Amino acid sequence: MPRAKRRETKEFMQGNAVIAHAARAAGATSFYGYPITPSTEVFETWVQLCGNPHKPALSPVTKERLSYLQCEDEMASGFALIGACLAGKKAFTATAGPGNILMQDAFSAAEALRIPTVAVIMQRGGLSTSTVIYSQEEVTLTCFGGNGEGFRVVYSPSSLQDLYTYTLKSFNTAWKYRYPTFLLGDGYLGKMSGEVTRYPMLKREYVTPEPILLGPARQKSLSTNLRNCYDQEEEINSIIEQYRSDYARDSKAIAESESYRTRDAHTILIAHGIVASAAKVAVDMLRSTSARVGLWRPITLRPLDVPSLVSAVGNARRIIYIESALGQMSRLINDALIAYSETGKSFDLPAVRSLYAPALGITPTEIVEQVLKKS
Amino acid sequence: MKTSNKQQRNRKETAPRTASLPVPSFPRCYKESSKPHKFCPGCGHPITLHEIGMVVDELGIQNKTAFLIDIGCSLLAWDFFDIDTTQTHHGRTVPTAVGFKRAMPDATVIAYLGDGGGYAIGTQHLVHATLRNDPITVIIINNLTYAMTGGQMAPTTIEKQPPTTTAPFDRTPDVFGTNLKGPELVLHLAMPGAFVARTAVDNPLHVRMTIKEALLHQQKNKAFSFVEVLSFCPTNWKTNAQETFAWMGAFKETYPLFKTITGTNS
Repeated sequence: MPRAKRRETKEFMQGNAVIAHAARAAGATSFYGYPITPSTEVFETWVQLCGNPHKPALSPVTKERLSYLQCEDEMASGFALIGACLAGKKAFTATAGPGNILMQDAFSAAEALRIPTVAVIMQRGGLSTSTVIYSQEEVTLTCFGGNGEGFRVVYSPSSLQDLYTYTLKSFNTAWKYRYPTFLLGDGYLGKMSGEVTRYPMLKREYVTPEPILLGPARQKSLSTNLRNCYDQEEEINSIIEQYRSDYARDSKAIAESESYRTRDAHTILIAHGIVASAAKVAVDMLRSTSARVGLWRPITLRPLDVPSLVSAVGNARRIIYIESALGQMSRLINDALIAYSETGKSFDLPAVRSLYAPALGITPTEIVEQVLKKS
Repeated sequence: MKTSNKQQRNRKETAPRTASLPVPSFPRCYKESSKPHKFCPGCGHPITLHEIGMVVDELGIQNKTAFLIDIGCSLLAWDFFDIDTTQTHHGRTVPTAVGFKRAMPDATVIAYLGDGGGYAIGTQHLVHATLRNDPITVIIINNLTYAMTGGQMAPTTIEKQPPTTTAPFDRTPDVFGTNLKGPELVLHLAMPGAFVARTAVDNPLHVRMTIKEALLHQQKNKAFSFVEVLSFCPTNWKTNAQETFAWMGAFKETYPLFKTITGTNS
């Protein structure tokens, strides 16, 4: 991508603020939300960007007025977001923990109706209200919350710069493929500050939204009747099968991953989000002692980049799962590897170890110790 | 099939007297392919929907109306009209309508739900849409019971009505508390200039006039409009036609019909 052409600015910013700025650059025009730590500054920064409601600022992309609504709860936020998307506006929300649970009411509807909602989830401690600080324990909820099959896109950014890049990308992915799309960060990423390069979206990258109700079909006097309640098992089964085949097709274009020094690696670390940043440092530390270690990092947790995963771990002797949860990411990877082996392609699963630290941060030193530990 | 035979018979019978008049017909915005509809015989929903259709025709807003539907019996209206619709989740129709209207202010947005969606699982949304004076029209069908699930107690269930399955020995206030009156609640909360009304399906013309006023209010005054339609459910009330209308008359004592614009005469 010819980044040189972009008007770039470097700024010292907080992670949550980065997301709000990126959403504006992506052409988002409205936010619907309910404050919850550690996501609140996404909302507060967006409010600042909107300015005075009597004379609101305009979107730099669409020149429409920027707006927001502080809703009565997370269900209202999620469904108002759906309403805005139905009317053809790029809109988003941000939440965490117990708010994420309540908002799954709306996200499961968005999954059923193929509504391109964008939601920022800043993970806090798991098990109910828990802490307002940090964990990676909302992976399963964000990927599969609701009584559905997880036809969603979930980005897991690793750095402040990633927050910008993948917020920008989330809106385009959502509107291009029509899946509810999530930016799954965490309290550490949201609350930390650092240098971030901001840049506008290039015109050719911009996916133009159009109304789902009262849109182009209506202009031809065709009615759109969206439905998430069916009469017969066979009816909903055929919808799910259709979604499955759409999702399998679109996954090839959507799935992203990063393979870091994996080519000759005997040990592959697998981590996502901020933990992957620590794992990357650990890889460099270990490489300086000639240990053959690499990192495979899923950038999208849904859908997973299976071809890249297989090529990264295919020649390895062991893999080590590292996450701030009890295996919520590793279950996704294990499932993908088993599904891959079921396709009949020859594949030997390497030895598996794990470093699980639910609700705790993980340092590069701890990862190095885990790699060097004799099992 | 039965319906159309009946219609033909009716037309034949009345043909000599109405020959010079236009034949009464279904609203033009009806979706023919979804008829006959799936509501039970004697239900109040199709009466209300018929009147909504007549108003949409009269105001010429078929191409600019978003009709959003809740869970419960209301969900059967998902393809009732040849207008743009979506189903939502139980109680979440009002916030969906709020988000839609904010994103497309020129559209006429109707949230159509039952008393469970409006007064139980979605009460908070009704309360806050009222407080914000959101320029949408909320239509709530009050049939004093949870009908789709088979006749359980609703927030609107009262003492002395056909029994519900979850309060089979009557809704006595000492055990179950009291009932919720939606329009009266809205009246207490609304900003000046909101349209609030209760109508009843035993007078379809009254339903039509009330809904017309509500939609015009949304368009012209850009303020909140709320209509409760007192309705009947012979299937769950287990009543014949005569009893159904008798109960309906009695319920109007608890749920009186009225119409007001807040801040003017309250």
